Parts: sequence; structure tokens; C-alpha cells
Amino acid sequence: MSLEAGLGLTLGTLVLEVELAVATGELVVLLGPNGAGKTTLLRAIAGLVPLDRGRVVLDGDVLEDTAAGTWVPTEQRPVGFVFQDYLLFPHLSALENVAFGLRARGLPKAEARRRAAGWLERVGLATHAGARPRALSGGQAQRVALARAMVGDPRLLLLDEPLAALDAATRTEVRRDLRRHLASFDGTRLLVTHDPLEAMALADRLVVLEGGHITQTGSPAEVSGRPRSRYAAELVGVNLFHGHADGHAVKLPGGVLVVADDHHGEVFAAVHPHAVALHRQPPEGTPRNIWPGTADALEVVGDRVRVRVSGTVPVVAEVTPAAASELRLADGGPVWATVKATEVTVYPA
Amino acid sequence: MTAVARRRRRRAATTRSGPPIWFAVPGALAVGFLAIPLLGLLNQTPWGHLLAELTSPIALQALRLSLVCSLGAVAVSLLLGVPLAFLLARVAFPGRNFVRALTTLSMVLPPVVGGVALLLAFGRRGLVGRWLDQAFGVTLPFTTAGAILAEAFVAMPFLVISTEAGLRAMDRRYEDAAATLGAGRWTTFRRVTLPLIAPSLGAGVALCWARALGEFGATITFAGNLPGVTQTMPLAVYIALETDLQAAIALSLVLLVISLAVLISLRDRWFPTA
Repeated sequence: MSLEAGLGLTLGTLVLEVELAVATGELVVLLGPNGAGKTTLLRAIAGLVPLDRGRVVLDGDVLEDTAAGTWVPTEQRPVGFVFQDYLLFPHLSALENVAFGLRARGLPKAEARRRAAGWLERVGLATHAGARPRALSGGQAQRVALARAMVGDPRLLLLDEPLAALDAATRTEVRRDLRRHLASFDGTRLLVTHDPLEAMALADRLVVLEGGHITQTGSPAEVSGRPRSRYAAELVGVNLFHGHADGHAVKLPGGVLVVADDHHGEVFAAVHPHAVALHRQPPEGTPRNIWPGTADALEVVGDRVRVRVSGTVPVVAEVTPAAASELRLADGGPVWATVKATEVTVYPA
Repeated sequence: MTAVARRRRRRAATTRSGPPIWFAVPGALAVGFLAIPLLGLLNQTPWGHLLAELTSPIALQALRLSLVCSLGAVAVSLLLGVPLAFLLARVAFPGRNFVRALTTLSMVLPPVVGGVALLLAFGRRGLVGRWLDQAFGVTLPFTTAGAILAEAFVAMPFLVISTEAGLRAMDRRYEDAAATLGAGRWTTFRRVTLPLIAPSLGAGVALCWARALGEFGATITFAGNLPGVTQTMPLAVYIALETDLQAAIALSLVLLVISLAVLISLRDRWFPTA
């Protein structure tokens, strides 16, 4: 393991309590809602926020250990940091921004500028070396920030929402570049985002952080297939139920969910919205899950219509626009939601 | 909406939010009161032999001395005031508000009281002055160094306040960014913090300099009125008023022009055009 962080700290209303390990060469994406403590965690690892307790170890070097009283100041940690709004020094040119760290670490001016120029070329900004940050577009500023963080050959690269400051149009393009540059970096990488698409596109492994705690960690496929929190479930767009399983029945707060396999104990049950069918009349036939409710909010997602059904068991369904108009779902009113037992994924909580 | 209706609406809006019409009278009086003395000065200025007045030995001496003393005061203020502003802005030490109040007291203190206080502290028999005299043979009253001290005493708070405000307003995360790039505190201060607060610092320097240049009370009380040693321009103007009115007016004009220049240099800061 390359980065090991087991730490706790309190900052205002945030109580951060995290146990995290990232292997060399691995790209871990921290995903979580606003205020979950993602940025604070990155800042703590960089030494910008002191720990209340715990330790941060990078490649075997202890950067901070509250028990032993070890604390390496930020400027001596081999860490590169890309800040959310980049924080390029406004009074320095792009080249000087990239050269700043090399100069601060004692490299002669000419050598620092030569290396900085090399990095600017690498991120495709050789012609913008003399430009001040305010003259750069968002995507260009992001690349300068990346070059500035990587030019000093850090062993750990921390990126805080590197694409959040960009508009949707440039984001796709910049994300592709970012992926390429991150792939060329052979140290440890930890990236923070609240954008699930970005997380899925970049991550080797996802870590979901909510309210200062890690609620789930796993590959993007694992997290999207088997979310372990309401937040994660909403991100990947599935219905998540938490209940007590006894054989083929999962007891939920508002009803019972019939499932195909045998389970016992506390479980999560995930149902994809397209597996939820809606009816205007109480359906008859094969034993399945039938929940009465009210069609609430309609939302068009791609070529499907997303319907929120409120009732004893709230559920989100995805139907075709044709079905939505045939059932007059826009009018609201009572509906029956049905789910086949075979469409439910059940896993231990 | 038709053009007429729009115009009517706009007029209604200005009328509703506008001041009582008769405010124009005291307002105009105020402008006159503030501007007429300056017109009087310009009116009496001996334009014909202004250059001769300004190059008279006594005027040149006062000009040179004022420049030396005020720039010296700015230098002292920078050397001591900027670190103080930094501490006040960034370190939550106990009694910080008290220290801040104390260091800005001389802004509101009558300068002559400041002069007396300086005399009692740095005078030959003063609290610190006695020791300075015995240990180093240094005496400050009635010396150019004393005049610099007196000017710095009243002018430094302007620099401290402006610099501290700049430090508080700046985004401290730039300093975090510098730290992640390997810059220690001194490098960060020099290469990031100072350039970022340059506008506030510049405004502080301008104010501090203008205040030092115009300083009268503390200087004459503490440093006296010795031509060539402590007789700065304001003092020279005051003396010349009795003996040589033309010279007094000429020197006043110089001070007025400098004040205007400072004001213009600060206009973007203080009077941002809407």
C-alpha cells in the first residue's frame, strides 16, 4: 500500500473519521455529496488541516502521526495538489506558475523555466507560456494547474473537483485529457468529485464519503450495481431498499418485497427503475410485488420518462414516453407499481 | 411597454428614491465651503515668480527635508507596520483587539499630544530616551531622526490598517497552494502574499506618506522647528506665514498638488466608477 490514511478530525460541524488506503498506481475517486468532507480529507492528507488523531503514511514515510507527535509541514510533503478553482497565482504567467514549485524547492531559475516550459508543452499550452491566468480559458487553466502540480514529480497527486469549474461543453474534452495525463503519472492518485459520471469515467476504485464517513468502497461496477447508501443509489439511479430478509421475503418499513433468492438478516435490495412497471388498475396474475401509490414527479431522462411514485413503498419507475402518455401519468393520481421478484438484487447490508 | 410609459416609470423611480429637493442648498454650501479656500490659495498664488519662491534656499531646504522625513517615516512604517499587520490579520493571539486599538490610537490622538508623549518616552530624560542616551549616546528630540519618528508615529496606522484589510480580504488558499508547491512561509509571503495584497499595500503607503508629509503637531512638539534639521514643509509654511506670505503660499501649493496626486492615485480604490 502506498498511501495509508487513518484519521479523525473535527472542523466546524464536520466530523471526519476515515480509514483509507490507496495503492501505488491506483486512481481512487472520492465521491460524495457537498459537505461530506471530501475537500477536508484531501487538505488533511496534504497537511493543510491538522489531524485531531490518526496518521498519514506515504510510501512508508510517516507524514503525520498524532500519537508519535510527527508532523511534516505541507511544503515538505511530496504531494501535488490541484485545487478546485485551480488557484493559479494571478500575478504570474502560466510559465511562472508552473515553475513556482521548482523555484521554491531551490532549482536555478533557468532550469526551472526550462522544465516548466516542457510541461506546458506536454499539456499543449506551449504558446500560452506568457499568458496570465485571467487570459486563459477554464480548460487551459485546468491544464496549467495540472502541470504545476505534476512538474515537481510528487509521489502523491491530489485533485479536488478538477472539472467542476468548467462548463459542460469543455468538460468532456478536458476529462479526456485529464484521463491521459493521470494515466501517465505513476504515483498514487486521489481525486475528489461529486459528479458520478466523472467518477465512473476516471476511477479504478470508488470511495463513497458521506457525512465524514466512508459508506462504500469498490469498483465503479460494484458501486453502481450494489449501492450501499441512498446517496450512492441516487447517483447511479437505482431504487435502494433496506430491510430484513427472511427467505424470499424482505420486510421493508412500508411493506414486503418478494425476491427470487433465499436471504436472511439485514439486506439491501436494489431495483432498477426500468424494472418497475406502472398500472392504472390493480394488476392481477403472477405473484409479484405490487405497491399502490401516487404518480408524483415526471422527468424526461434521455428517451425515457422517470416517474416518482410516492406511497408506503416509494419507488422510481422508468417508462417509455408512449406508456407515460397512455397512462396519463402527467395528471398524477393513483397508480400501482409492480416489480418482478427476479428483478431485485439482494445483498447483505 | 410604450416609450412614454417607460419614461414615466423611470421618473417615478427616481422621485421615489431621491432626497428632498431642498437638500441641494446645504449640499452646494458644503461644496463651496470645502472648495473656496482652495480657490483662495490658487487666487493668491504668485504664479509669476512661483519657481523663484520654490527654489529659495529656505523652501528648497524644507522641501528636501520633508521628502527625507516622510519617506523615512514610510520606510519605518513598512519595516515595522507590515509585519504587525500580518500578525494582526493572521494570528489569533490573546489581546489582539487591544493591540489593534492601541496601534491605531495615534490616528485619532491629537498630534500635539502624540508629540508630548513622544517627548516623555524618547526625550533625553524619557522612559526609553534616557536609556538610549546612556547606552548609545543617541538623542532623538530636535534631530531629523526625531522628525522621522514623529511622522511615523502618526502615519504608521494608516499603513497597518490598509495592509491588514488587504490580508483579510485575500483568498488564503493561494498561500495553501504555495505550500503544496514546496514554498516555506517566507517564500510564500514574498512571492505570493505580497504581490496579491499589492493594491492594499500601495494604498496604505500612499496614505501613510501623505499623512507623514502633512504632519505638523507631533513634529514641532517632539522635534522642534530647526531649519534644515526638523523644519519640514508644514512647519516652514507656518513660519513663513508671518514673514513671507508668498513663500508660504507657494509651499502650500506644493502640498496641495501632492495631496491631489495621492487622491487621484487612490481614486479607483475609493471611488470606483459605477
